[in-house]
Amino acid sequence: MSPQMTTWSFFADHRAEILGATLDHLALVVIAMIIAILIGVPLGMFIVQRPALRTIALGIASIFQTIPSLALFGFLIPIPFIGGIGKRTAIVALVLYALLPILRNTYVGLTGIDPAVLESADAMGMTRAQILFRVRFPLALAVILAGIRTATIITIGVATIAAAIGAGGLGTFIFRGVALVSDALILAGALPAALLALLADFLLGLLERRLKVS
Amino acid sequence: MNTKTPLSSKNTIEFRGVSFHINDILTRAIVSGISLEIPQGETLVLLGRSGSGKTTLLKLMNGMLLPTKGEILVQDRSTAAWDPIRLRRGMGYVIQDAGLFPHFTVAENIGLVPSLESWGISLTAARVDEMLQLVGLDPREFSHRRPRELSGGQRQRVGVARALAADPPILLMDEPFGALDPVTRAELQREFSALARRLGKTIVFVTHDLREALLLASRIVLLEVGRIVACATPQEFLRLDHPEVRAFTSSLAIAPGTPA
Repeated sequence: MSPQMTTWSFFADHRAEILGATLDHLALVVIAMIIAILIGVPLGMFIVQRPALRTIALGIASIFQTIPSLALFGFLIPIPFIGGIGKRTAIVALVLYALLPILRNTYVGLTGIDPAVLESADAMGMTRAQILFRVRFPLALAVILAGIRTATIITIGVATIAAAIGAGGLGTFIFRGVALVSDALILAGALPAALLALLADFLLGLLERRLKVS
Repeated sequence: MNTKTPLSSKNTIEFRGVSFHINDILTRAIVSGISLEIPQGETLVLLGRSGSGKTTLLKLMNGMLLPTKGEILVQDRSTAAWDPIRLRRGMGYVIQDAGLFPHFTVAENIGLVPSLESWGISLTAARVDEMLQLVGLDPREFSHRRPRELSGGQRQRVGVARALAADPPILLMDEPFGALDPVTRAELQREFSALARRLGKTIVFVTHDLREALLLASRIVLLEVGRIVACATPQEFLRLDHPEVRAFTSSLAIAPGTPA
């Protein structure tokens, strides 16, 4: 039997398992992204007016990005409450990874607005909160969404490594495939992950273009 | 509750010995020793070269800057004592690029201050139509457009309509026609001059264009490096014997045609 045949028949025989792992994977990504957005966007809005905090917040978020993902998962395991083996630890690590693109784009989006528009808003007697929510935020939305898109794609990839600490998902196939030297197993994890990433990129890109204000 | 006019009717702006400095490495004076009274209904033009402090004076009037020395009284109350939000809602503001909100339609741009002042939807909508007609734009055609779908001249018209929407007694204008092509600029200047006369508002208008100043002003204040060097009606202004006045009038002589 040719290797292609093996792969195909493996896919066919394990459809339910692959689908299950894909849904697990998606759940990890969605939960991590929701938490990262709930932290990153408000934090980005908060640091716009506070230059001292901005350097610290962006600095810390950058540091998390530089830690190799496998190492970050490893570091988190011994930490009480958030650590341990399983999904919770994986989600914490994924959130830390997703934070920087979201935080940075929120900050850049909110600060990169035409000064004439902000000057008018100020001179028309809009309060700080009105300027933030009615002017800055809607105008920054496309840039913020671009950050969310980047973060989602990163998270889909990094989430495959979460299987190393027992979080499940498509990484399970990849690690097993590496251990057993089976292309079919590796592909059963890698292909759906790549497709998820492409699909997320496409859909979020569509949304981003719709929100763009020229 | 009087939501339409946050400022009372006696709307004079008065500068009392005002200076404004900024501290970077050295303390630099942007404007100094400014004393000036602007009676109600006047169209005062602040004339001067770039960097002469014209825009700074405007921003001192609406409290976007506070004076380092002296005080500015608006409605007999110091800008430092005003709630800045109340102060600014009573002053229309138009700048060179109009500063329209790109994510709002024309109607939403014009209706912004009325809606912030809780006028209600139908009153705001009626006011938006009225303002569009006032600046010569057909409400049916323009209400739902976005700023990017307008020409430069149309954008400035919407900017003027937006500034007038909440019926403020004072209008501040910072080179509103400066970025327009000469033909459109002349057209808007003429129309605005007629409009200003009809509305009877106190208008402070910043420009570096003497021709524009002569057309619009009831009084011209000439600034040179942060100080007032001349203050006169347009007719008197042309006869003044001051080097900076001559610099401006000679710039007129080069251009063909005579000022209005």
